[in-house]
Amino acid sequence: MRRSIGVEEIEDMALGATVLGAGGGGDPYVGKLMAIEAIRRYGNVELVSPDEVPDDALVVVSQMMGAPTIMVEKICSGQEPMATYDELVRELGQEPYAIYAVEAGGVNSTIPFILGATRHIPVIDCDLMGRAFPELQMTTLGINGVKGMPAVLADEKGNTVTVRGIDDRWLERIARQATSVMGGYTILASYPCTGKQLKDYCVRNTPTLCETIGRTLREAREEHRDPIDAVLGVTKGYRLFKGKVHDVARKTDGMFVRGHAIVDGLDADKGRQLVIEFQNENLIARVGDEPLCMAPDIIVSLDVESGQPVTTEGLKYGARIVVVGMPCAPQWREPQGLAVVGPRAFGYDLDYVPVEELAAQHAKGAQA
Amino acid sequence: MADTNRTWRLGIDVGGTNTDAVIIDGDLQLVAATKSPTTEDVMSGIESAMHEVLMQVGSEAAANIGFAMLGTTHCTNAIVERKRLNKVAALRIGAPATTAVSCMADWPQELKDAMRVGDFLVHGGNEFDGREISPLSEDELRDVARTVREEGYESVAVTSVFSPVSDAHERRAAEVLAAELGDEFPITLSSEIGSLGFLERENASILNAALHDVAHTTADGFEAALAAEGLSDVTVYLGQNDGTLMSVDYAKRYPIFTIACGPTNSIRGASFLTHEKDAVVVDIGGTTTDVGVLAHGFPRESMIAVEIGDVRTNFRMPDLVSVGLGGGSIVRQAADGSVSVGPDSVGYKVTREARCFGGDVLTATDIVVARGQAAGVGDPALVADLDPGLVDAAYAEIKRIIEDAVDAMKTSAGDVTVILVGGGSILAPDELEGAGKVLRPENFGVANAVGSAIAQVSGQAAKVFSLSEISREDAIAASKERACEEAIDAGADPDTVEVVEVEDIPMAYLGDALCIRVKAVGNLRVAQP
Repeated sequence: MRRSIGVEEIEDMALGATVLGAGGGGDPYVGKLMAIEAIRRYGNVELVSPDEVPDDALVVVSQMMGAPTIMVEKICSGQEPMATYDELVRELGQEPYAIYAVEAGGVNSTIPFILGATRHIPVIDCDLMGRAFPELQMTTLGINGVKGMPAVLADEKGNTVTVRGIDDRWLERIARQATSVMGGYTILASYPCTGKQLKDYCVRNTPTLCETIGRTLREAREEHRDPIDAVLGVTKGYRLFKGKVHDVARKTDGMFVRGHAIVDGLDADKGRQLVIEFQNENLIARVGDEPLCMAPDIIVSLDVESGQPVTTEGLKYGARIVVVGMPCAPQWREPQGLAVVGPRAFGYDLDYVPVEELAAQHAKGAQA
Repeated sequence: MADTNRTWRLGIDVGGTNTDAVIIDGDLQLVAATKSPTTEDVMSGIESAMHEVLMQVGSEAAANIGFAMLGTTHCTNAIVERKRLNKVAALRIGAPATTAVSCMADWPQELKDAMRVGDFLVHGGNEFDGREISPLSEDELRDVARTVREEGYESVAVTSVFSPVSDAHERRAAEVLAAELGDEFPITLSSEIGSLGFLERENASILNAALHDVAHTTADGFEAALAAEGLSDVTVYLGQNDGTLMSVDYAKRYPIFTIACGPTNSIRGASFLTHEKDAVVVDIGGTTTDVGVLAHGFPRESMIAVEIGDVRTNFRMPDLVSVGLGGGSIVRQAADGSVSVGPDSVGYKVTREARCFGGDVLTATDIVVARGQAAGVGDPALVADLDPGLVDAAYAEIKRIIEDAVDAMKTSAGDVTVILVGGGSILAPDELEGAGKVLRPENFGVANAVGSAIAQVSGQAAKVFSLSEISREDAIAASKERACEEAIDAGADPDTVEVVEVEDIPMAYLGDALCIRVKAVGNLRVAQP
């Protein structure tokens, strides 16, 4: 299936990407404006289903890495995606069939559409995370042995760096250092792979899911329906907790902003206290020692009234939120997935239990 | 005996419905207060309110006035009405960065058309750590200056990438432009306007540049009005959106900061009138009720991007919930017997159109008059025939609307102190669900003008530090010192300056960069030299 992505679709997609950002992934606002400007200048982008990609076709990622907060101040020149793409094509000696997104959550959701619009290259309806994660190697290709390299980084000044590391952890380390020197964020062309590899391992239809979430939220607000129910309806998510933010503690630790938020319960949750542990993204939601949802499942705070997702940076004392949990892509629930993005991979001494099982346990507990 | 130190203050606040004026003496006691309708030209309403309070104290006592503070909607109105705005050249320093998003990309088309903005881009700007993206191109700047002159631009807004970290390129650009265009040519520097967030800061800078003439007319008009009352040598201040004051010279350069000072003044005024430092403040006007939170004596600020006239900016504004309830709110009974109050209102015409004033519209004011809870308002006899069931139902609805708005702003489940201010606060009951106590200060009607008169003076510092070069503690200490210096420069009494807000935001995914923002405030230095 193929369809055309224009300005309105990008608006909805960016809003939905904030939900799948799980509290992190960067504010998609500037990424959205860049994609919209490219579409206004060069025309709509074709979104193709992974099923249409031939097995032997070459496909590559267009993404950003580094600090989204820097991109909010130092906006791209707009040439970086093309510079990285051209350099990678030179390296590989082959013209890609299409491009795709590394993550559906946060700022990276709309980045491929800049290149897609400018060069009339189709964007594939998939990503490699199904949400946002903090590191380059946390991908569904990575856990299946497909490397992210060669990868080309570019800044707005015209510098490019090509990385051929021995594995994706080295790619992450080298690219992270280069990104800092190049000004805090870079645009990358990465994860070149075949159509077969992509179809075997990608998370399908996530750009469309982002758009659906965004459109559902927008329409629910316009029609004065409960926006949170609407989001849960399209994400198969669970209402974990309703409350007011009581305290937020953050500290920077390497490239992570680690911390936790304490939420005092309201209404049905009155008298209880929820703790959200985060490292850029929300990773654990628990009441006391009892987890309600844990990574790699998606935990996101939504504003009680508007359903607007609240990022970990935006969480402040007094905010009234509903914390929701959504099941992650099934690939992450396999042992090799949990080894990279499960609770223990992030340093929490917890065995992973899917959010739907935790929700069923709590429902039973409430009845007993 | 006249106070030779001339420590009295005249405070004026222009609201949507009323213009309030107060006089406060050297011991911070309220000595005169008045309310008069806001006029279409704004200034004549200011003049009549000012004249009224000065009459109340008499000319001998009026000689004690040494300071005059004005909180006004002139600038907000100019943006909302798209009138009297200057033709702005929006200059970006940052090439080759920033071209992926055009200037004013996210603005409503009709505002863009009305603003007559031209956009320019030159090489320069900084990285997050202060390095240059490219050297500042002075040749390109001189080309821009030529076009500005030839095409009749009236004001320039300069926004350089990471100028909150390093403002050197903006300052140098101002020098180059001034050399070409003359020292008097209005130039706005974004680093003086906002913090990180390029597009929001650029937007605010463009609006500021467009308000140049409006600011001058307003400030000059206020000074002329004071002179006409014999107050030509008082020190004049304008209120800012953070509840602090700025000098006339500063206000002429940075008029954007006068936007939305009203709600801030009302929250600060409520604090002053009740001596409370932490409370929920409910300001009920003719059409709407604004509910804000007083935290440590200042309004709690909003955490979302603030829109001014549909333009996204990065201003920090008081966090408010606004609901459609005021003295003029229209009361209706549906066929099924249910009763609604507002959100539509007769507004300032309440004293003509409400039933208790001889009109024929049933308003929220009529309900409290019928219940005998508003002594001295309207004529109770004119609403004596109202169905008691309707009156009770409407009153319950008024109470519910206020309680819901208070609950929405509470930061914890416990009971809070609620302060009622504004002319419409006669609507509110003395007991509210979720409120430990409900305070209704004397002079509740002029809290805004009181807030304007007692406003303090502030200084701010916002900067990104690299933790590989400076420790977090040293970076915060340096920021605190800078903010205190700024406050003293702005007219604060050095003995009273204190840091009221420290925020450090680690930049995610980057590691050792930390954005620190500090605000310091102090009392106005009133002793005359």
